[in-house]
Amino acid sequence: MKFVDEYRSEGSVRKVAGSIRALVTRPWTLMEICGGQTHTLLKYGIDRMLPELVTLVHGPGCPVCVTPLELIDRAVAIARRPGVTFTSFGDMLRVPGSELDLLSVKARGGDVRMVYSPLDAVRLAEKEPGRQVVFFAVGFETTAPAIAGALLAAERLGLANFPVLVSHVLVPPAMEAILSSPACLVKGFLAAGHVCTVMGTHEYEPIAARYRIPIVVTGFEPLDLMVGIRMTLAALEEGRHGVEIQYSRCVSPGGNIPAQKLLAEVFTPCDRPWRGIGVIPRSGYTLTPRFERFDAAKRFDVETVTAEEPRVCIAGSILQGLAKPRDCAAFGRECTPEKPLGAPMVSSEGACAAYYSYGRE
Amino acid sequence: MCLGVPGQVVRIDESPVGMTMGVVSFGGVTKEICLAYVPEAQVGDYVLVHVGFAISKIDEAHANEIWEALETMGELAGEESPTKADAS
Repeated sequence: MKFVDEYRSEGSVRKVAGSIRALVTRPWTLMEICGGQTHTLLKYGIDRMLPELVTLVHGPGCPVCVTPLELIDRAVAIARRPGVTFTSFGDMLRVPGSELDLLSVKARGGDVRMVYSPLDAVRLAEKEPGRQVVFFAVGFETTAPAIAGALLAAERLGLANFPVLVSHVLVPPAMEAILSSPACLVKGFLAAGHVCTVMGTHEYEPIAARYRIPIVVTGFEPLDLMVGIRMTLAALEEGRHGVEIQYSRCVSPGGNIPAQKLLAEVFTPCDRPWRGIGVIPRSGYTLTPRFERFDAAKRFDVETVTAEEPRVCIAGSILQGLAKPRDCAAFGRECTPEKPLGAPMVSSEGACAAYYSYGRE
Repeated sequence: MCLGVPGQVVRIDESPVGMTMGVVSFGGVTKEICLAYVPEAQVGDYVLVHVGFAISKIDEAHANEIWEALETMGELAGEESPTKADAS
């Protein structure tokens, strides 16, 4: 496929790796934000092609992973209600709650459906006016325009049966949380290419300036990642900080203006808890008053108990780049993708799950 | 989660709710996609699609920059220090 295959050429990736080896003189720790990038780095062995001086740590950019356990329990409670059709993306349905995951609700007779797009859920709500078609909205800024578009469509169609359980998270506040920790090891960031496709780069300029750190907006294919790593290391070796764009075929500094406009109509920032990290101020989206009537959290009054995470799990340190999955005593033993104890093991894009799948033990 | 797939616009339609929809081909497999966020996209253009919405028109000129950069890097790759794979 055009714009995919050519960026997976091993020869090109190795060529860039060679130029990185000629460039690096000191030890550097870099963090990629996005779980999709973590997955690609390990799948294609990019971590193994880098000089020993370069350490990659993996950020909190797996929205499925950082969705609090309590919210999953709440989703399960809503999905078990009569008259509810519960919809979400496939990976969200597999995440274990305290007792059940959403697919087990389906196995017990609940109406739980995997959808490709939130618009599919809108169509379902239109077709079945007698049922509440709930959509569990998770994701970063990349996914938010799709939820906003679905809500706008539902508003224009006058739908009264399309409640949305919103668990949207935002990247820049999480980066700030990581950088402001005194223990922070990260010297350069690969910013998430698709988040910036939507939002552009203006939110990252003040972060790069305040922490004097290079931030390179990077794509998702192996060659994109290797070039993004090279650009970050080149900036570090030359003592430069600031924002650069590797993924310029999709990202412009201004981002997607029509998408940003609709996001501002539908969502407003709010404090949000991140599984494994805790509450990060203004790191999530909630609905604006105009769209509040679509809020599933308000429509369904469900009680949930605060779920406790197992003490052995060091998810918080891993998600902030302070530890690697293999530093955890439970990794690969009590904690596996089949039976995850904490956030980075729950989805294939979590750092622990990626290390487990690609044998980095 | 933030997976984006490049595809080629093959048709553009107006939707009844005022959001531009269209058909995008992913290596021959076609899908109905919302094009409301890429008003500049024309039939034949490549767009980046995420969960049923095109979020960017792919810029071919920028896409070619990487190949020019690779040429220069080939000349730079000289002496090699040990990699993690050598160590493990």
